[in-house]
Amino acid sequence: MGYSVQIKNLDLSFGAVEVLRDLNLDIHDGEFLVLLGASGCGKSTLLNCIAGLLEATDGQVFINGRNVTWEQPSKRGIGMVFQSYALYPQMSVKGNLSFGLKNAGVPRSEIEDRVGRAARILQIEELLHRRPAALSGGQRQRVAIGRALVRDVDVFLFDEPLSNLDAKLRSDLRVEIKRLHQRLKNTMIYVTHDQIEALTLADRIAILRDGKIQQLGTPDEIYNRPLTKYVAEFIGSPTMNFFNGRIEEGVFRSRDLEIELDGYQWSGEASSGEAWLGIRPEHVASANAASNMPYSTEIEVELYEPMGSDTLVWTFIGDQSFHFRLDGQIKVSDGDRLSIGFDIRRGSIFDKKSESRL
Amino acid sequence: MAETANKLEAPRGPIPKRTISRRNIFLYGTLIFVSIYYLVPLYVMIVTSLKGMPEIRVGNIFSPPLEMTFEPWVKAWSEACTGLNCDGLSRGFWNSVRITIPSVVVSIAIASINGYALANWRFKGANLFFTILIFGAFIPYQVMIYPLVIMLREMGLYTKLTGLVIVHSIFGMPILTLLFRNYFTSLPEELFKAARVDGAGFWGIYFRIMMPMSLPIFVVAIILQVTGIWNDFLFGVIYSKPDNYPMTVQLNNIVNSVQGVKEYNVNMAATILTGLVPLTIYFVSGKLFVRGIAAGAVKG
Ligand SMILES: Nc1ncnc2c1ncn2[C@@H]1O[C@H](COP(=O)(O)OP(=O)(O)O)[C@@H](O)[C@H]1O
Ligand SMILES: [Mg+2]
Repeated sequence: MGYSVQIKNLDLSFGAVEVLRDLNLDIHDGEFLVLLGASGCGKSTLLNCIAGLLEATDGQVFINGRNVTWEQPSKRGIGMVFQSYALYPQMSVKGNLSFGLKNAGVPRSEIEDRVGRAARILQIEELLHRRPAALSGGQRQRVAIGRALVRDVDVFLFDEPLSNLDAKLRSDLRVEIKRLHQRLKNTMIYVTHDQIEALTLADRIAILRDGKIQQLGTPDEIYNRPLTKYVAEFIGSPTMNFFNGRIEEGVFRSRDLEIELDGYQWSGEASSGEAWLGIRPEHVASANAASNMPYSTEIEVELYEPMGSDTLVWTFIGDQSFHFRLDGQIKVSDGDRLSIGFDIRRGSIFDKKSESRL
Repeated sequence: MAETANKLEAPRGPIPKRTISRRNIFLYGTLIFVSIYYLVPLYVMIVTSLKGMPEIRVGNIFSPPLEMTFEPWVKAWSEACTGLNCDGLSRGFWNSVRITIPSVVVSIAIASINGYALANWRFKGANLFFTILIFGAFIPYQVMIYPLVIMLREMGLYTKLTGLVIVHSIFGMPILTLLFRNYFTSLPEELFKAARVDGAGFWGIYFRIMMPMSLPIFVVAIILQVTGIWNDFLFGVIYSKPDNYPMTVQLNNIVNSVQGVKEYNVNMAATILTGLVPLTIYFVSGKLFVRGIAAGAVKG
């Protein structure tokens, strides 16, 4: 399988502010790659650079094997969908869809064909003669996607396309984008700060922090084997529990708990020294199941948050605040005593100093 | 019954407001006073311009005309003398039209493109250019008057209408460019990016995307320029000659002419005629003007 987009040693600064530093990223043909990161980490900057809307300070961008570093946005074979939709307000939906084709000198009859086909795929045929102002948020975003669709591009770039929509529409359109990708099978690069979008849509996720890629991997790898403590904290909601302690001779000891690390899959050699031990709230077993776990203890419910399908329980292990997920059907109340347990094989251990996975 | 129930349950619903309160009396009193203050002179002018000279000599300036006549208006427009010409204000009117229209078109065309380039295409040296422009907005006119005379003379345009058009375009440039730059900066940047991805170039984006979205600011610029250039007196005196005088200069010459009796009615009519163009512009586009200013203020 070939590469669709390759980014080589990319640097980008705004004056003295370095936003991207020596960034390398290879994206496969037909891959759905999500760029995930906190606000301000440089996701949009990277996407704009791929699109040719920002000039690189150094480095190269290849699309379909062609070096497009100095190429105009319209000549790169990309289509882009923006957070604010960016529809031309004075043009009808049809005008919006055909603007790029007209600029490219596509014959009128072919414009009609392509606009019609895109409108059919996105189910906006009845809206073709409306102005953007007369559309709802979801319809606007469909038109924005259509604008990329009609141009028959190899690579779709999405910059937080769903973040201006309300929760219900967001999940609907998320599925539609996934369906679109299944159908079109072209490369999609999708920027978001929403981990649910990232986990649900991506073939691979690149987690960006301060202009650097912290981890590049499948959603499964990112979720189960985060390479840094930052990634571990960033992915998963509610967030991972962390214990600060020491590893000595295969045993993790903190102020509040002691666990044997039998069966933990070390990244390299089994190590020792100061470390973080992380365990996800959803990997904690309770009641009878807890007793089968390699580590188990009894806790008192401090606070609980019912969320329908599950209940989030807040408690302490020793003096350390700890939260875990409980089946929503199990009724608890403040002050209840419960036994809980977990398996270290589902946990993550990070070096105290470098915060990278051990 | 309902009334008493309401009273019993009060407070409930909207807070009752008194129409005659100290605040309202003060507010409307001030507004009415100020309106009268500004309307009285206009009233006197209109009334006087509709009277014959005998009536003016004997009468009260506030009294309405006993015998209404439009003679002074006709005279002001087509017969009043300035120097050797006795064709009234009409000559000045047409001169002003021939100065104002090209000046407005040229200055707005150039300034809007400047503003667009500054706002969206961060070209090399854009910041320096912008600084110089802002600086230009604060240099007193007087400093540039004589150098411009020399420049125009060298170009053979001194006292020509074309020369005056160039002068007006130059002096309008800093403030207009600033106005357009700020407006274009306030438009969503992603729209510009989308147009670039769609393959539109510098001019394509300007004409197809930016201009259609900027009607309010164009109206603001047109109003500023039409009134500014129409009302200009200084440049009209300096950079033209009697045949080419704009309306304002001619008005001054009619009103201040020393020959014969002072014809107040003709002077009043002439003054109103001269002010009619900016006045019409305000009335026709007042709403758009306010909207444009507001858009710039809120978004900028
Ligand atoms: N035009 C610009 N000039 C200066 N700094 C910028 C510019 N655009 C973005 N930045 C800075 O670059 C960083 C990354 O921005 P961006 O890529 O938009 O982040 P995000 O990941 O939220 O999309 C931010 O700190 C932002 O302040
Ligand atoms: Mg962004």
